[in-house]
Amino acid sequence: MDFISKNLPYLLAGISVGGQYALIAIGYTMVYGILRLINFAHGDIFMVAALVTVYATTSMPLYLSIPLTLVVTVALGLLVERAAYKPLRNAPRMSVMISAIGVSYLLQNLALYVTGGLAQTYPAIPFISGTVQIGPATTKMVTLVTPVLTIVLVFALMQLINHTKIGMAMRAAANDFETSRLMGIKVDNVISMTFLIGSFLAAVGSLLYFTNYASVVPTSGAMPGLKAFVAAVFGGIGSIPGAVIGAFIIGICENIIKGLGWTTFSDAFTFALLIVILIVKPTGLFGEGATDKV
Amino acid sequence: MSKKKSMTISAILFLALIVIIVVLERMLPPTHIALAVLKKGCIYSLVAVSMNLLNGFTGLFSLGQAGFMLIGAYAYAVLTIPVADRASVYMYFDGGIIQFSVPVFVGLLASGLLAALCAWLIGLPVLRLKSDYLAIATLGFAEIIRAFFQWDKLGVVTNGSNMLRKYPTFSTTLFPFLVSAACIGVMVLMINSSYGRAFKAIRDDEIAAEAMGINLAKHKRMAFCVSSFFAGVGGGLLAMYQTSIQAMTFKSSMTYEILLIVVIGGLGSVTGSCLASFLFIASSEWWLRFLDTEMTIGGFKVPLLRSGFRKVVFSVIIMVIVLFARRGIMGDREFSVDGICRFFKNLGKKKEVKQ
Repeated sequence: MDFISKNLPYLLAGISVGGQYALIAIGYTMVYGILRLINFAHGDIFMVAALVTVYATTSMPLYLSIPLTLVVTVALGLLVERAAYKPLRNAPRMSVMISAIGVSYLLQNLALYVTGGLAQTYPAIPFISGTVQIGPATTKMVTLVTPVLTIVLVFALMQLINHTKIGMAMRAAANDFETSRLMGIKVDNVISMTFLIGSFLAAVGSLLYFTNYASVVPTSGAMPGLKAFVAAVFGGIGSIPGAVIGAFIIGICENIIKGLGWTTFSDAFTFALLIVILIVKPTGLFGEGATDKV
Repeated sequence: MSKKKSMTISAILFLALIVIIVVLERMLPPTHIALAVLKKGCIYSLVAVSMNLLNGFTGLFSLGQAGFMLIGAYAYAVLTIPVADRASVYMYFDGGIIQFSVPVFVGLLASGLLAALCAWLIGLPVLRLKSDYLAIATLGFAEIIRAFFQWDKLGVVTNGSNMLRKYPTFSTTLFPFLVSAACIGVMVLMINSSYGRAFKAIRDDEIAAEAMGINLAKHKRMAFCVSSFFAGVGGGLLAMYQTSIQAMTFKSSMTYEILLIVVIGGLGSVTGSCLASFLFIASSEWWLRFLDTEMTIGGFKVPLLRSGFRKVVFSVIIMVIVLFARRGIMGDREFSVDGICRFFKNLGKKKEVKQ
């Protein structure tokens, strides 16, 4: 019992963080599945979503500011895709990745300018910021909300991908970009849809993630972004259930490592895991057998 | 133009640069921003060229540069802090366990060697990966290194997450200039040798290169180690420039900055990287400074200007270059005396045709 009461908080935090990573990781894995691009700017879009929430809540009630956050984030995601990735559709992969790094640099600097370099206090969102008692552990409501919401959203997304026309187009584009274009699929629309879904989930993720933190700074998106990407690789890039499971595993492991008193290495662990998974099983847990990774 | 003649002109240009630096140092007050830009520009040139060797010439998209610079900076600082000052620097760790110090050049050499050794070790597994997977793995490696150097169990060597300081630094701009020039010279020699041609062959087509009898693993490992060696030396120089270092400043954003420098200069151009480094440092630290201060012209307050605006403008410029001038300033060409002469000759010819 003592063991449980000591470790339960870390486990709960792990599940919660894992769910938040999962919501970001879906954006990575879907974009990578279609464009073969590591969207380095995705973590920064996640950060911008948090900043929009901060600014929106100061001037309007919550029931307006949260939808506004979602809309602005989605618009930003679409804008980034149109402005920075679409012109490079036929360029080498390296150029697109450099463009993604450039966008990430731009978004961080823009955030630095808007915030004036000051950490912005993240507002308390009623209900999910409230505390709740689970057995011996006290935690925020968000810890319980996150996994449920994640699973609901992922279920909805899977329905979309497996049972709608646009979902079928997405699967086709991910499978073979050129052929699906020849078959009359408007690939640009599919890509926009992918960015729309990815940014939407990142915005939801940011609402949940930053509830656990006091403030937002321009670089707060970088680390969760990279970890979510690792989760996507771990689960098998291109596979949505894989990304979700990978994210939960990473979130839980990371918090257990923190619980053991190795906080310095909680970030390093994720990357060590990445290197190991790339070498041992480069297709990830649920990835298709692509051969161009190693 | 004969090879000998162009060599002579290059040598004269190099000497002229040294003279200009010496004169500038005499004329400007030692705290003038131009000197700081020159010093930092030299260091960034070295690091950018080392990254270009890997990304531009060998086609290995690695994002571990900040990690190797961190290793170099720490190796230099740890080895060269005078014994007498160790007690005050390592105040939380009883003076540390290293109770000797080495001369500056040995320290810089050690920083390069240690970085190269780490590169060799990490290269064993990581170099089997391709393109973006290599990028993300090396990025991850840099993060691991950063965590490792902040670990307080290693504090007796690395001083944990505390600052390292009081190691010997340089006061003249000539020092980083000459060290960087020597290192870049070595890399240029390497690029022009048969190894360099093998690197370029790997970049252009791995399968064809292998079919031509190039040992892929060996050459990739060599490029990775050499690049890391010079990144390590660059890290050592950066430590000297900053006079104090802390592991937490070597973030992945540092790698991104260097990558953007390389892209602006042109992937596959050494002179492009050097030029872009100076432009990058000068505009981010000096020329665009005015954007950060509020300004009124004739009673009209210029909008948007306030702290941080410089960086926004700067990153917009970078995005424009990345999107619309994808080959950067130099593309994969090199700046050379011959090229300039040819340019002017062609200019003359064109005018004649017009007439």
